[in-house]
Amino acid sequence: MVETNAKAEWVGHVRRIHEDRDQSAFAEVFAHFAPRVKAFLMKSGASETLAEECTQEAMATLWRKAHLFDPSRASVSTWIFTIARNRRIDMLRKQRRPEPEDIPWGPEAEPAPEDVIALQQESVQLGEALANLPETQRELIEKAYFGDLSHSQIAAETGLPLGTIKSRIRLALDRLRHAMK
Amino acid sequence: MAYSAGTLPEAFDLVVATHVSLCDECRARLDALDAVGGAVLEDCAQVAMSADSLSATLAMIADAPSEQAPHVAAKGAVFPAPLQEYVSGDLDAVKWRSVGGGVRQAILKTSNDASVRLLRIPGGAKMPDHGHRGMEMTLVLQGAFKDEDDRFARGDVEFANEDLHHTPVAEEGVDCICLAATDAPLKFNAFIPRIAQPFLRI
Repeated sequence: MVETNAKAEWVGHVRRIHEDRDQSAFAEVFAHFAPRVKAFLMKSGASETLAEECTQEAMATLWRKAHLFDPSRASVSTWIFTIARNRRIDMLRKQRRPEPEDIPWGPEAEPAPEDVIALQQESVQLGEALANLPETQRELIEKAYFGDLSHSQIAAETGLPLGTIKSRIRLALDRLRHAMK
Repeated sequence: MAYSAGTLPEAFDLVVATHVSLCDECRARLDALDAVGGAVLEDCAQVAMSADSLSATLAMIADAPSEQAPHVAAKGAVFPAPLQEYVSGDLDAVKWRSVGGGVRQAILKTSNDASVRLLRIPGGAKMPDHGHRGMEMTLVLQGAFKDEDDRFARGDVEFANEDLHHTPVAEEGVDCICLAATDAPLKFNAFIPRIAQPFLRI
């Protein structure tokens, strides 16, 4: 339950950043997420200097986009993941990252509180499901997301045959899906 | 999955983003994959930030205005927003070049690990034989085309590789307009787009 409260709190932090431009809320989000984002970027091949710079930019983007965060669609960690991933592509590859446009659902309403709670609770479940995966499967999922590693590079790094990696990743995603039902 | 992890070449990213703009089901899957990414981030190791990083970030924030919501294509537009950004407008902004047989194309500028082009095929005409020398991903934006087995209309994606031999024909009526990404002739690891395949096929 502590974990659930912590997650729900991050949603409140982002709201405070957006509504009150609250620097202490930002400092707490920064203290929790920046070291993770930096580790994520370094695992995907950035030098420490580049990862530091890129993390600062991602956190600044979080501030500037706080009003766009929709807690009924993503947890704060998912949202920060997408920001960090896009910054990584911008910086490491100097490429543009095409993003899908939002499918219009009619007039934009404030997200319903029950939707926010449901999505945030699902995110906690997903985190638990990930933690409960067998070590080998969790490692492969992480490697796939830490990114500039293609599956054949993962094969080279782990010494596993490509087919095994593909089926383990699929199996891991299936288990996650199953845990969410 | 590769799109969510950010490991596709830009040309394929553009086709995925354009398709996801038209397809609720794939958007839901993409959100789910992003959620796994978020869980991985939450779960992952940490590396200490440098001592002055928070104040440096706050300084960066003080200098910059808040970002606007991403552009949304006008109602009735043929091109979803991500594609409009590459074309600098909708269908009427495309600078077509004839490639023979009434077919026109426009190559869009992306990183050179793969290429992406718009194709405009008159109703009833055959698709140009462009040879599948690598992995190719074709998204229909207007009209439709058929081959021996399937029909592809707006929002549908066709995957092809060296093994596929078929003769797609545009349906009678409006011009068929497609967005096609390919990793040939600059052949990179063709395995990557194949990871996107189960994700996009409905």
